[in-house]
Formats: sequence, structure tokens, C-alpha cells
Amino acid sequence: MLTHLEKQLLNDYQQGIPLVSEPYSEIAREISLKGFSVSEQEIIDTLSSLKERGLISRVGPVFQPKAVGSSTLAAIAVPENRLVEVADIVSGFTQVNHNYEREHQFNLWFVVTAGTQIEVEQVLHTIEQKTGLSVMNLPMEQDYHINLGFPLWC
Amino acid sequence: MTLDKKKNMDDLDRKIIAATQSGLPLVKEPYQAIAQQLNIEPELLMQHMRAMLKTGQIRRIGAVPNHYKLGYTANAMSVWNVPDDKIYELGQQLGALSFVSHCYERPRFLPEWPYNLFAMLHGKSKDEVAEKVQEVVTLLGEHCAGYELLYSKQILKKTGLRLKEPSPK
Repeated sequence: MLTHLEKQLLNDYQQGIPLVSEPYSEIAREISLKGFSVSEQEIIDTLSSLKERGLISRVGPVFQPKAVGSSTLAAIAVPENRLVEVADIVSGFTQVNHNYEREHQFNLWFVVTAGTQIEVEQVLHTIEQKTGLSVMNLPMEQDYHINLGFPLWC
Repeated sequence: MTLDKKKNMDDLDRKIIAATQSGLPLVKEPYQAIAQQLNIEPELLMQHMRAMLKTGQIRRIGAVPNHYKLGYTANAMSVWNVPDDKIYELGQQLGALSFVSHCYERPRFLPEWPYNLFAMLHGKSKDEVAEKVQEVVTLLGEHCAGYELLYSKQILKKTGLRLKEPSPK
């Protein structure tokens, strides 16, 4: 069960944590202004608890992947009997930060992020060599998402 | 990214990314703690982060929810085939929907892959996701030449962004 304050923090602070020297104090002030009196320490404790329970992975900046290098989404149509073997090869690359099995003929989907585009392409090429399977490379061309955060209780 | 933008990302920005990508400390003055670690003034750190917010290198500063743990266990990668001359307008409409967490244009890979618009849809069940899909179908209307849903079967690897600290020159 989530408390009122937990829901409020989860819903309203997926973005907009203030860039000031005492941000949690500022959040306490903002929430108190809405008629729910809360202290800075309660904000810190509640965020720490959400993090310990794994309900949030962190509190901090979310970077645009392109800002820190080059990335792409790639997929492979893996024969069912080779899935574990191929997935292990793909996950073995430090440049692969997401790897999902999905219900489709293209059943292995992964994100490759590296410092440069050349390095990304090298990883894809090496995966093709190691697996003998072709990789479908689908780099992002345009980001349409408006960053409102994800509403959890609407 | 253009070369200019890359040039603008100096070593300090990279250090800031490395120092904050796993989160801010949950202490009274988190930016001061990070600044201390980087051996810079807190004001310089905040100034750089403000600039990175402005350029979009930092998308937002916030609590990053774990959808699975919060009960949003169903997610589908929906992929749509829409006309190239309409994609900008339709992509913006799709990206603004509350249940869409990512919405990207990607190249087609013909003949096997005719889809150019990707949207990640979230819900508490497959049924709920299916309802959302219908909303998108209605929104795209006649412009949708086909779509597929790719439900995740298992997460094989998921880690946050990892950037090594720049090596000293």
C-alpha cells in the first residue's frame, strides 16, 4: 500500500525536482502549499523508502541517450532453440543496456549505447559474427515523446 | 547529434553525467555532495546542469519509477506503419498520450519490417494495454497502414545508462 505522500511524490515528481541547493526542502514547501503539511526530512525519508523498496530506481537527472554518445535499438529473429545462447552473447556486451525477449518473429530486442556511432556499429557487427544471424538496426530518427512523466494514478 | 553539440559537451559535463547517472544522494544538500565529489563549487555544478536541461541533454530531474514494481506489469512495444509525410504530426499526437512512455520514429527495414513509428504502451494488464491500442488505432485512423504489438516475454538484461568517467588527458 502506498501512502498519500508516496503517491504524490511518485506522480508529481517524476520531473521538476528543483535545481536548488536544498531541493527536498523546496519540495516540502511546494507540497505544503497544496495544503498537505510535510517536512523536508519526511520527503527525504519517503524517497529513501521508495528507493529501498525498489518502487523507484533513483532520484536524479534522466539523460537523453544521445547526449552521452550514440545508441540504437536492434533486433534479431532468433530460432527458438538458440534463444538462450544468442541472448547470452548479446547481454555479454557492456554496451548492451537493455535486452528483451518479445513475442514476435523478431524475438530478441536490445539497445546498444556507446561513446560513438562507430563503436555501436562495431558491436552490432561483432554480434552478427558471433551468432551467424543478421541484426536489424533501427536507430532513433526523431523523439516524439513529450516529457510529462508517466501518470501512475489517473 | 551535430558535431557542434558534441564539442560543447565538455569534460565537466561528462563528469557530471558519470557522477549523477545512478541518482542524487538523498541528503539535505545533494548538489553540494556531488560538487564536493567532483571538487568544484556547487554553483558551477548547478549552472552546468541548468544548461544541460536547457539543451535537452538532461530530459528531466525526478524520481524514476519502476513500472513493474508499481504494478504496471504489462507493456507492449507498439509499432505502426504511417505515411512519411504525416509522421511528424501523428508522432507528436501519439507522444502526448498519457500511457505512452516512449515514442520514436525509426527507419523501416523492408521487406520484413514496414513500421516507422514506435510507441511503448503501459498498463496493469494485457487487457488494459489492448484498450490503449484501440485508442491509438482511432487516433491514427486512415493513416495507419498496419501495426503490431510486441509484448515482452522476459527481461534478459536491464541496466541504467553507463558512462565511464573521461580518462585523464
